[in-house]
Amino acid sequence: MLRLAGIRIISSLLVVLGSLILVFAIFYLLPGDPVLSMIDPTYATAEMIQNLRVQLGLDQPFYIQFWHYLSGILRGDFGVSMLNSEPVLPKILAHFPATLMLTLTSTLIAAVIGVILGVLSAVHRNGWIDVLARIIGLFGISMPTFWSGILLILIFSIQLGWFPAMGSDGWQTLVLPSIALGIVGAGFIIRMVRTSMLEVIHEPFITTLRAKGISERVIMYRHALRNALIPVVTVVGMQLGEMLAGTVVIETVFSRQGIGRILADAIMGRDIPVVQGVVFFTAIVYVLINLIVDLSYAYIDPRIRRST
Amino acid sequence: MKALFGIATVNRRDAANHALQAESQGWKKQKRQQWFSLLLAGLASALVALLIVFALVPQWIAPYSPTAMMTDRILQPPGTANWLGTDYFGRDILSLVIYGTRVSLLIGFSSVLAGVLAGGILGALAGYAGGWTDTIIMRMMDILMTIPGVLLALAIAAALGPGLPNIVLAIAAASIPGYARVMRGGIVGLRTRGYIESARALGASNWHVIRRHILPNAVSPVLVMATIGLGSSILTGAGLSFLGLGTVSEIPDWGALLSQGRGYLTVAWWICTFPGLAITSFVLAVNLIGDELRDRLDPRVGA
Repeated sequence: MLRLAGIRIISSLLVVLGSLILVFAIFYLLPGDPVLSMIDPTYATAEMIQNLRVQLGLDQPFYIQFWHYLSGILRGDFGVSMLNSEPVLPKILAHFPATLMLTLTSTLIAAVIGVILGVLSAVHRNGWIDVLARIIGLFGISMPTFWSGILLILIFSIQLGWFPAMGSDGWQTLVLPSIALGIVGAGFIIRMVRTSMLEVIHEPFITTLRAKGISERVIMYRHALRNALIPVVTVVGMQLGEMLAGTVVIETVFSRQGIGRILADAIMGRDIPVVQGVVFFTAIVYVLINLIVDLSYAYIDPRIRRST
Repeated sequence: MKALFGIATVNRRDAANHALQAESQGWKKQKRQQWFSLLLAGLASALVALLIVFALVPQWIAPYSPTAMMTDRILQPPGTANWLGTDYFGRDILSLVIYGTRVSLLIGFSSVLAGVLAGGILGALAGYAGGWTDTIIMRMMDILMTIPGVLLALAIAAALGPGLPNIVLAIAAASIPGYARVMRGGIVGLRTRGYIESARALGASNWHVIRRHILPNAVSPVLVMATIGLGSSILTGAGLSFLGLGTVSEIPDWGALLSQGRGYLTVAWWICTFPGLAITSFVLAVNLIGDELRDRLDPRVGA
């Protein structure tokens, strides 16, 4: 177990480094001059533009710029905003709890709905609950979150007045955005659990249990479900990452505070250090989630523990 | 000897008949299910075909010009003159949705095409060549996968700035690793098959083996993935547009239309509702077709 954890942690560190290079390269290699987006070229002289470029270190070659960025990151310095010179990391850290909260509640909704409907759907295959679960699953993965979010606002805020349409104070503001984001994850999880459960049901050990005369209920919920849930842990973990990314849209729709909203605003203002910072920060959290999922996977499934 | 064979045949036939009788009930049900899912896929294909017609010749179908501002009909709810209502400029929502189909579908189809081509070629190269080529390509794909797809597309689109080719490039780039993995997986599975080795033993060139034997067999999982990928590309495209990274044109696509209607939620629910319905129904149709294709082409999962 320790050896496995060691390997996974080292490979996660490599992945984080890889994503840092990627995030940096996207903004370095792709066309589009950040300096020109900061000042209006019709009023600025070529000299002013050049000065600003030198001041920001943008005249340096790729590896030197990257080294500056990397050493900054290692010291916890994600750079400063191009628009108001505010340091990026403290801003992200201040807004991260709100985003994390939203991500966790959405994942919880997705996992609960997804696992329950997925299992019922497979156990009562081709019954009415299966049809219902498949419809919900299909709609879940087909609806854009900004649309389902807007529909929820229209129905539950504007028409019924049950929950606030915007803001981030109090649990009431968390309900609609979590549902909007959770439906998507639920869609993926329902489909995954159903397939996984159906695969397990066809395995020989289930036939053996049936031959032994064990009741169908015990077979399904004691034996099949346990085995079917193993791949589901990975999917839930992946969904957690996707939801973290999904907050960019949802926080905009519901005018919530959070790092998704910071990213959306930074994109509008072409504030590259902030965009880089949020994307990289999210990548770190994403890798961390996957690491935890990987390790818990080994904890749940003894076969994986023994294989390394 | 002959008699022995005869008995064996009869016994097998009996067993088969028994099994058939027992299965008959379940088989009928399964057959009905298959017809039903085929019917759904047919309906979905019809919807996709209809939307493609919208995208190609919107001027034949839309009742009004998408840029016509009817100042006497600002923010009209759905009614007889404007079936889906009008927006704050007095533009007809139905016409806007129909004209918006072109850019929305263009983003979806071209980004899938670009992603499948690039991912497919990289994956095929990695799978067929093996060794260092494989390692280098697949590690690069791993790095691309460290950032959630939506976020990667967003970062690339943010770096490139708004515009149709930029959006397509961003979505395609984010989808490359998925296609590459599936393609590589298919090819690695095929490479050691007997008929590939036979072809090679007969002196067939690499190119011939790839073109005649490997690609036709490796293509179906990629096709399934591309169909499902079309849905998510449309969703990502609409999301980028919604965030203001979309195309800069007079005729908004579905995502931009939704984003414009957001400010009028309390007074005009129809501006946001119908473009969203268009996105959802298109993606739903594509996913239904993808599910049906997967069930047919990939018999492993008997779902």
